Amino acid sequence: MISSAAAKVKVDPRDAKLSMAHFFVAFGALAIGGLMGLLQTLVRSGKFELPWGIGYYQILTAHGVLMGLVLTTFFIMGFQYAAVSRTAGTHSPAARRTGWIGFWLMTLGTLMAGVMILLNEASVLYTFYAPLQAHWIFYLGLTFVVVGSWVDGAAQIMTYAKWRKNNPGQPSPLLSFMAVINTVMWIVATLGVAATVLFQLLPWSLGLVDTVDVLVSRTLFWYFGHPLVYFWLLPAYMCWYAVIPKIIGGKIFSDSLARLSFILFLLFSIPVGFHHQLTEPGIDPAWKFLQVILTFMVIIPSLMTAFSLFATFERYGRSKGATGLFGWLRVLPWGDARFIVPFIGMASFIPAGAGGIINASNQMDQVVHNTIWVTGHFHLTAATSVVLTFFGISYWLVPHLTGRKLTKAMNKLGIIQAWVWFIGMAFMSGAMHFQGLLGGPRRSAFSTYGDSQQALDWIPYQIAQAVGGTILFIGIILVLVIFINLAFFAPKGEEEFPVGEAENLQEKAPMVFENWKLWLGIAAALILFAYTIPFIDIIQNAPPGSKGFKTW
Amino acid sequence: MHMHKFEKIWLIFGISCLVIFLTVVGVSAFYMGNKPPSCLTTIDPEKVDQTKPFDKPGLHKVEGKEWDYELVYVASAFSYQPAQVEVPLGAKVKVMATTKDVIHGFEVAGTNINMMLEPGYISEYTTTFDKAGEYLIVCNEYCGTGHHLMFSKIEVVK
Amino acid sequence: MAKAELKAKQHTQVEDSSSLKGTLASVFLLGLFIIVSWVSVYYLFVDRF
Ligand code: HEM
Ligand SMILES: [Cu+2]
Ligand SMILES: [Cu+2]
Repeated sequence: MISSAAAKVKVDPRDAKLSMAHFFVAFGALAIGGLMGLLQTLVRSGKFELPWGIGYYQILTAHGVLMGLVLTTFFIMGFQYAAVSRTAGTHSPAARRTGWIGFWLMTLGTLMAGVMILLNEASVLYTFYAPLQAHWIFYLGLTFVVVGSWVDGAAQIMTYAKWRKNNPGQPSPLLSFMAVINTVMWIVATLGVAATVLFQLLPWSLGLVDTVDVLVSRTLFWYFGHPLVYFWLLPAYMCWYAVIPKIIGGKIFSDSLARLSFILFLLFSIPVGFHHQLTEPGIDPAWKFLQVILTFMVIIPSLMTAFSLFATFERYGRSKGATGLFGWLRVLPWGDARFIVPFIGMASFIPAGAGGIINASNQMDQVVHNTIWVTGHFHLTAATSVVLTFFGISYWLVPHLTGRKLTKAMNKLGIIQAWVWFIGMAFMSGAMHFQGLLGGPRRSAFSTYGDSQQALDWIPYQIAQAVGGTILFIGIILVLVIFINLAFFAPKGEEEFPVGEAENLQEKAPMVFENWKLWLGIAAALILFAYTIPFIDIIQNAPPGSKGFKTW
Repeated sequence: MHMHKFEKIWLIFGISCLVIFLTVVGVSAFYMGNKPPSCLTTIDPEKVDQTKPFDKPGLHKVEGKEWDYELVYVASAFSYQPAQVEVPLGAKVKVMATTKDVIHGFEVAGTNINMMLEPGYISEYTTTFDKAGEYLIVCNEYCGTGHHLMFSKIEVVK
Repeated sequence: MAKAELKAKQHTQVEDSSSLKGTLASVFLLGLFIIVSWVSVYYLFVDRF
């Protein structure tokens, strides 16, 4: 009874508008970024050169910023804003206004950074490592994106807080809880990047100071850089844990364990940034290894997630009379884009996760560090698991927000889109993984390195990447067609916002999970533990600073 | 909060695997000397050419050290000094490198020699060149327009 | 009393572990994949200089 009433709950149209605004920017970024991605693979094949003097690293910067920062942040904020509105109730006018301010700040920042990239004033890639020095407007734009995301996230927190006040002693709705965890993690993590941009890079690019401490800047960046990838992943997990069960007609395997895994992400995804700096000088190997251990802790919630998802599927399958060890796989709704698109994303997380464990394994990183293997890796994690899940979400969320319906034709196109993506990525990411193991570097335009035999051996893999990139670009066109259809042209109707229910309703989630003082306290303690001493070391033993370089 | 028996089995198994992985790399790193390159020595990035040993890039035989040779590189946009060296097969070599300008990578493709070069820091890695052949050194961290043109070669010869 | 019994019964049904054997098999296959990948790259690390 409750569930049928809940199924009809709609996101308020005023909230829907703000979510959709986010999605327009996100899919716009996908369109441009996708074109850049295609061009990169073509250039790297050696068979194609960019026209009009456009630089490879200029388009690579655009691709990284648009895909890694803009598409993800805008989609996530739009999705979480809608998820909170759907499960914790319509946002108050104050919260909505906050959300809009955040949205416009982020959009303004994106435009500023984008213009600087277009003018070739900021070809520093999306990681903007000093002492490469971009135009100050680029850094200021990124600041606006980050600060805007804080304001945007505050809207979700306000509505969550209101729900908690109105429902004392009750565990908050699962999706709202998860959204707020992700937002809080994001705020804590972005403090690092905000610190380096505001206190180091901005004054330095404005000429107020002459030099920058490179290692401090990198350390602050990677304090943010790892939780950044979890910020992308957790909304996908929200869908897998809390939405997919409803779509297939099953139940959430365990509400409490889902919350527990999100709390573990909050605690362990931040104090681990050194695993991106394993081959760097200036950091003590013991502290690197300590953060490697903490990195391995953050694998545990993903192990829990894997179990929960299989269990949800198996429970559902068996309830439909499936037998045998894997009979339940057969009864899953393979014809439903809302299920299969994220499902392909989940399946891709198996090789993606395995690759991640390898990357994080201390000295084993020397085999793969900054090779194109890494690019292959995050095109599985971010550009497949996460992005396909986001596509799957938009196939019901966009029509839900625009008062339309996902038609049979679009459903079918969605399924085709996901398979096209999967095949393209198998070529591109697969070839990147193997080329990387042979030593092929990432972030590099085509080169034979003075006709070195090793470099010549890489070329076939680069051609395979171009084949994959071309297929992927078809996938981008398909998803844009579907998005535009669902936003503007699909028939009017009601599309459900699916929200799963726990299998065991008697089991109330422990209230300690909502004790933010406790979790933020532990998170802060872990961060201080992992970073204080090495960070002081880095500052105390710092070499002379670096002046800025513009080498592009 | 209740956890299914199978989930407990899975987590115990999974966590044990993680502990084994960590033990393997931990023992290899701290007891067998395979720590990732983490040299703590600093240098003035504007005075690299005047600072030993970077005033003389190239391969140098050394005596009375744990290694037989020191192979010294200076990186700058977009080249390495030296551009070509020959290393005798089986030599134990300490590779030392630094940069004069932006961050560069230093990767000897197909080997474990893979380290970041950051202005102000020296990067080192000691290993035994025990497989003959021609090896390409590539810059694997973006450093500017000529990044993909930045390389050097090592020949490991009998 | 009757109610408590009913609850206990429901509980044992949920507990019925035989119904998750496919899940256990799946996660162990996943574990196997992770181990094989990791060991392969570790082999590369040990083999190279
Ligand atoms: C049409 C689909 C896509 C293609 C063909 C593509 C292709 C590529 C290629 C070839 C590179 C590496 C270039 C290099 O290292 O020199 C790259 C980098 C990257 N891609 Fe994609 N990609 C696609 C989609 C995506 C998506 C959806 C995302 C994000 C969710 C993404 C995020 C990134 C990021 C963050 C980088 C790193 C940029 C850097 O190293 O600075 N890509 N992409
Ligand atoms: Cu990371
Ligand atoms: Cu370079």
